[in-house]
Amino acid sequence: MAKPMEKISWQELEIGAAVSEVGNAMEYKTGSWRSLKPVVNASQCIRCGVCWIFCPDTSIVRAADGHFEADLEYCKGCGICAHECPVGCITMVSEEEV
Amino acid sequence: MAKERKGIEVSLAISEAVCQADVDVVSAYPITPQTHIVEHLSELVADGHLDAEFVPVESEHSAMSVCVGSSAVGARSFTSTSSQGLALMAEIFFITSSLRLPVVMALANRSLSGPLSIWNDHTDTMMVRDAGWIHVFVDNGQEAYDHIFWAFRVAEDKGVRLPVAVNLDGFIMTHMIEPIDFEDTELIKKYLPPHRMEGALHPDNPLSMGCFAMPEMYTETQAARDHALLNSYPVCLKAWDEWAALTGRKYLPIETYRTEDAEYCIVTMGSFGETAMNAIDELRAEGEKVGGIRIRLWRPFPFDDFFRAAAGKKYLIVLDRAISFGGPGGPVALEVRNALYKKTKAPTVVDYVAGLAGRDVAVNDFKKIILEGKAKAEKGKTKGYTLYGLRSS
Repeated sequence: MAKPMEKISWQELEIGAAVSEVGNAMEYKTGSWRSLKPVVNASQCIRCGVCWIFCPDTSIVRAADGHFEADLEYCKGCGICAHECPVGCITMVSEEEV
Repeated sequence: MAKERKGIEVSLAISEAVCQADVDVVSAYPITPQTHIVEHLSELVADGHLDAEFVPVESEHSAMSVCVGSSAVGARSFTSTSSQGLALMAEIFFITSSLRLPVVMALANRSLSGPLSIWNDHTDTMMVRDAGWIHVFVDNGQEAYDHIFWAFRVAEDKGVRLPVAVNLDGFIMTHMIEPIDFEDTELIKKYLPPHRMEGALHPDNPLSMGCFAMPEMYTETQAARDHALLNSYPVCLKAWDEWAALTGRKYLPIETYRTEDAEYCIVTMGSFGETAMNAIDELRAEGEKVGGIRIRLWRPFPFDDFFRAAAGKKYLIVLDRAISFGGPGGPVALEVRNALYKKTKAPTVVDYVAGLAGRDVAVNDFKKIILEGKAKAEKGKTKGYTLYGLRSS
């Protein structure tokens, strides 16, 4: 988005508040209401990508070394990745503890 | 269709107007007293007189949803409903205006349940008063026919892009056979050019309509919506002016009858205005200095026009056809009092609610309401409202 949401005035909106900019949902950081976050133990990870497949919010990204990790800007902490991981390398950790 | 004057049921005249307006999509579910409008439209499409998609949906919720979809891709879309049907489509009714889609609806006004009633009053349209649509009220068949073209013209204006509801009293108008001047289709084409909507859905220009808005955004979207409706006012006037130039039939947001030297006025909306004129004539003959004010444009409310019409009058007797339960009385009186608030020498407003669910209000009743209302105003009994004709033991 050209401007942060909180700086857009009503006159700048498109007719009917339509959105013509593709991919602007990237701007909506939706990870702020998370109470648990996934922590990956890289030494156990077999790089199977099951967590990546199952994440309902495409918040799992592949790191440069081939392991998978959560993009915390968008992760809601649902825990599906930890539940589905076949080797149990993902632990859900309270935001407050870390 | 060529220019001609013929006797026809008002519902059918509306369908013929929709046909002449060359709509692309008609989506509707039949509901009394609107049924004849969509019945005849389905015949016009089936017989090849109108090249449009007629979508016979399974409910009014879908009727409006189809119109939202078809209008979003730039198709000229029409629907019609009444009462419970409007209640069922209410969810989408609000969305149509929020997406700024130029859908036109003939809204055959009828009371809402319960108890179940099929007859006319304005409780259904008052339910969606704040939905962000342009609302116009017509008084007779000719006005109903004319306002279908006016509605599309205003709705599709680039600076407006809003849905328009043409309110007409159920049965009193929908089922009345009246002489109506039909216009030549070539003239209609001049008045209502083909619909070309900027920002319509198209694969070449990806666009999302009706997106989720965070609290940081919602307020701005509603301000834009309100300004769009308020800014439609000059376009409404221009569309009426151009219609007058083509046909000689002139309409105004607020219309007056014998008000020049009137000391007090009766204020009506919809078909009540026609009967009120007869009562005004009779009372004038009896020496009463009474006039009539008819509200044609309900949203956006023409505050300045109303004040000009009411200025210098002692009393206004407002005739409502709906009750705002637990509130100040009728919705029209509420609006009128608001329009006059803090104006110097504002007329005293007396609120009457009459004609609920089709109860007959004849010329004599109007005379009684006018004289009784005047007496109430003189005594300062202006609080709340009076239900005319209510039996009480």
